[in-house]
Amino acid sequence: MYGGGYIQEEKQEATSPIDDSQKLAEFEARIDRGEKIEPHDWMPADYRKQLIRMIEQHAHSEVIGALPEGTWITRAPGFRRKLALIAKVQDEIGHAHLLYSAAETLGKSREQMINDLLTGKSKYSNVFNYPAKTWADVTVIGFLIDAGAIVNQVANSKGSYGPYCRALERICYEESFHLKQGHDAFITLATGTKAQHDMLQDALNRWWKPIMHFHGPPDKISEHTAKLMRWKVKMATNDDMRNQFLDMYVPKILEIGITIPDPNLKKNEATGQWEFSDPDWDEFKRVINGDGPCNAERLAVRQYVEEHGKWVRTAMMNPNQKVVIPFA
Amino acid sequence: MEAIKNLLFRMADDELIYGHRMSEWTGMGPIMEEDIAYSSMAQDKIGHALANYSILEKEFQTAIPDKLAFFRKENELMNSQLVELSNHEYDFSLVRHFLFDHADFIRYEMLSTSSFVPLAQLSKKIKGELKYHVLHADTWLTRLGNATEESHARMQSALNELWNYALGIFEPSDYEAQLIAEKIFDGEKVLQRKWMEKISPIIEKANLKIPSSSTPVYGGRKGYHTDQLQPLLTEMAEVISSEAEGTEW
Ligand SMILES: [Fe+2]
Ligand SMILES: [Fe+2]
Repeated sequence: MYGGGYIQEEKQEATSPIDDSQKLAEFEARIDRGEKIEPHDWMPADYRKQLIRMIEQHAHSEVIGALPEGTWITRAPGFRRKLALIAKVQDEIGHAHLLYSAAETLGKSREQMINDLLTGKSKYSNVFNYPAKTWADVTVIGFLIDAGAIVNQVANSKGSYGPYCRALERICYEESFHLKQGHDAFITLATGTKAQHDMLQDALNRWWKPIMHFHGPPDKISEHTAKLMRWKVKMATNDDMRNQFLDMYVPKILEIGITIPDPNLKKNEATGQWEFSDPDWDEFKRVINGDGPCNAERLAVRQYVEEHGKWVRTAMMNPNQKVVIPFA
Repeated sequence: MEAIKNLLFRMADDELIYGHRMSEWTGMGPIMEEDIAYSSMAQDKIGHALANYSILEKEFQTAIPDKLAFFRKENELMNSQLVELSNHEYDFSLVRHFLFDHADFIRYEMLSTSSFVPLAQLSKKIKGELKYHVLHADTWLTRLGNATEESHARMQSALNELWNYALGIFEPSDYEAQLIAEKIFDGEKVLQRKWMEKISPIIEKANLKIPSSSTPVYGGRKGYHTDQLQPLLTEMAEVISSEAEGTEW
């Protein structure tokens, strides 16, 4: 997974003063030519800030995203699914690792980022604040959430910041395996016993709303994407990504006899746009601001991990401290 | 034939249960690098379990691996009790990893010249993977044994707690003499001796002390387990046993 398209914005202070209009013009010209910006190149303060926020949120989403699926590793049915799931969750942690490193090139340390995650200052993808209640949820996440993330990540891998693009290229390569495995597990349930089929339908019913939220609020209520797109920080609008996702995956869901719990979902062939019921953007706002079914639990687990791993990290920072042997 | 089957079950069950424990570290490691390391070793272990069960199926016409792993009763499992103990904190898990993986590595090394060809072939492959597990354990044990007062104390107390269980790895089977005579496996005694020779200097380098008195915890190899195994098995089978055996997942 898992980077949703949505970049949670802090309320913008007065836009950071542009230091140097000459430099800015050169910078924008480079981006227009399709050049990549590298860590030591000049960049506007706001570009740096937005990128840090975006990469950091993406990294947190990978870490937190490992939790709902991670709890199913020990319960995965059979060797094949078990091995695939451990490998997948391991990949997600690996993605977080890559992304924290990419964000660090912009001047914020991993520790600071994790700190901001734990205090709730920085956000992660909203979908992981929903519970994975059954095995079918794991297949819905592996298939559709990973699919949604791929749409977003493939787009962003063509962005302007070199280290992020390179990390995303590697990530997308691995995501395609997740999608394949997720799809396979999803189909197996859809075409399995009645209980398996029902379990899957129930899972999709619960996940549909978060899936519709995944790429972020509609463009008409999203704040200032224009500059982010000009700077190729963001490569497609939320609506475009969502539309692309629906185009690719709605047919795959329907063709195996699973229903989508929205009677108004249909493609307007004239405009090429999907139409659907309002997926409750107020709920989206509530959840991202901390009031979702699992926000507290997710952060509590990370907090536990941080606290219980602290002695290890302290020990690693003192590699030369000689211990006084306490035995006579 | 019973002798080889017994040996394969002991090994497969060790790998399965231990792999399960290691997989519980996914997403929970003290640092991200360790998280990744444990998931990766867990995959290897579970893969080794699968490979051993597959030999059982192919050479001895037992049930398929999924059935052997997910549907047997607690008292049918022959893993050592060491591997079923819950993870506790990272110190406990790391010391267990060190103690178990050295034994595991040497076991497969010994078996790579076994007269039972399928196992010899598998062992050659597995020992190549285990080399890295052992290296990982050694690096961390010596690092944490020598770092801070707290990390040192934690390593020592985990070692004290786990030592008798580790000796339980080498619980002799009823087939030792036969395995040795038929050149299938040189036996648990030889394995234990080699293990002691291998780990003693590393423990010393980690500034730790092997507990002076010891009583091996036996029973696991005969199906007697701690109360920590049944909950693990129940959890492992939760999904797969919700449908009839043989259902595709
Ligand atoms: Fe990912
Ligand atoms: Fe993924």
